[in-house]
Amino acid sequence: MDTKENKKMTDYDVEQLIGQVLRYGVLISGIIAIIGGILYLVQQGMGIPDYGTFHGETAGFTSLTGIIEGLKNGNATEIIQLGVVVMIATPILRIIFSLVSFVVEKDKLYIFITLIVLAIITFSMFGGLKV
Amino acid sequence: MTILTFTLILLLGAYLAGLAGSLTGLGGGVVIIPLLTLFFHVDIRYAIGAALVASIATSSGSASAYVKEGITNIRLGMFLEIATTAGAVLGAILAIYTPVNLVAILFGCTLIFSAAMTLRKKHEGALQEGSKLSYKLKLNSSYPTKEGEVEYKLTNIGAGFSIMTVAGLLSGLLGIGSGALKVLAMDSAMKIPFRVSTTTSNFMVGVTAAASAVVYLQRGYIDPGIAFPVIVGVLAGAFTGSKLLMKIDVKKLKLIFSIAITLIAINMIYNGFNHKF
Repeated sequence: MDTKENKKMTDYDVEQLIGQVLRYGVLISGIIAIIGGILYLVQQGMGIPDYGTFHGETAGFTSLTGIIEGLKNGNATEIIQLGVVVMIATPILRIIFSLVSFVVEKDKLYIFITLIVLAIITFSMFGGLKV
Repeated sequence: MTILTFTLILLLGAYLAGLAGSLTGLGGGVVIIPLLTLFFHVDIRYAIGAALVASIATSSGSASAYVKEGITNIRLGMFLEIATTAGAVLGAILAIYTPVNLVAILFGCTLIFSAAMTLRKKHEGALQEGSKLSYKLKLNSSYPTKEGEVEYKLTNIGAGFSIMTVAGLLSGLLGIGSGALKVLAMDSAMKIPFRVSTTTSNFMVGVTAAASAVVYLQRGYIDPGIAFPVIVGVLAGAFTGSKLLMKIDVKKLKLIFSIAITLIAINMIYNGFNHKF
């Protein structure tokens, strides 16, 4: 009885924690996007948007090193891209938190399942699929 | 039109998309793509990138609330994410070889299917006896209702897993959350109570979208000038939606929304056939 109660408690705590991770991730991403966005409008608001044909973004926007390089120069567009990166990272971070909770619970089956999901996302990230 | 007016109109559009998406459960992505392509004449590849970001925003934003209530089945979500993320990566690879007008046609068909799915009556009862695999994978669980905790069991795991792979594939190819297909897998195949299937599906959308978003970001589909109003607008809209959801009856709204997106879908398919993308 005691151990069952304990297990319910940790499950509940982990769910609370995951809820917090998602909430703060979204919040931080939104704030970064707003800051970058206002700066972007100040810098380029009077320009003409050109999205009718697809050019693809330059390396500055598509890699983390490129984004960091732009941040050093105070580029508004790179600040927005940082917000995008935080947004994409939030659900991935959520999986890592779930992994930790399954490790704490010693749930071998779900440690394995979570690692497969992480492996697929890692492959997607570094698998050279960008071409 | 200057960048300033473009941003302000898109901000308003994204707000409405987030609002409608969270009230009907379809997510923000399905409105963002037609809004950008049909209204702003933005290339569909930029629209896909923006829709993926919108899907993650709505999913993470509302999932944080549902997870806290303890309705989401995290084990089930994790198990099925193997299928959806693998499908999403496959979809992102297929996207390279798929002509844009075919993407538009496929998107239109998925929209019509999603519209029909919102109106369909959902499975409400909790299954008392699950399949063997549901016990092995520890997928059976319980969720809180007004009458206390209700236990439920799962069946047809294989079929559900297969539909989830297709859902992931469409998500990776079209940039949407494909929540409708996810609910179909859990609702019709696995017989999960609809409160659990909608929240768990929503929880999974973010992870699925992230799996293909990392590819699309590197491919240069995500433009900061579009991403900024989309993120801010969709987040604000989804937030308003989750507050409104408790107060209003969404039945009529779902009907109006379904008719509206069916019309949009026909427009997308028509333009797709005429190579206007």
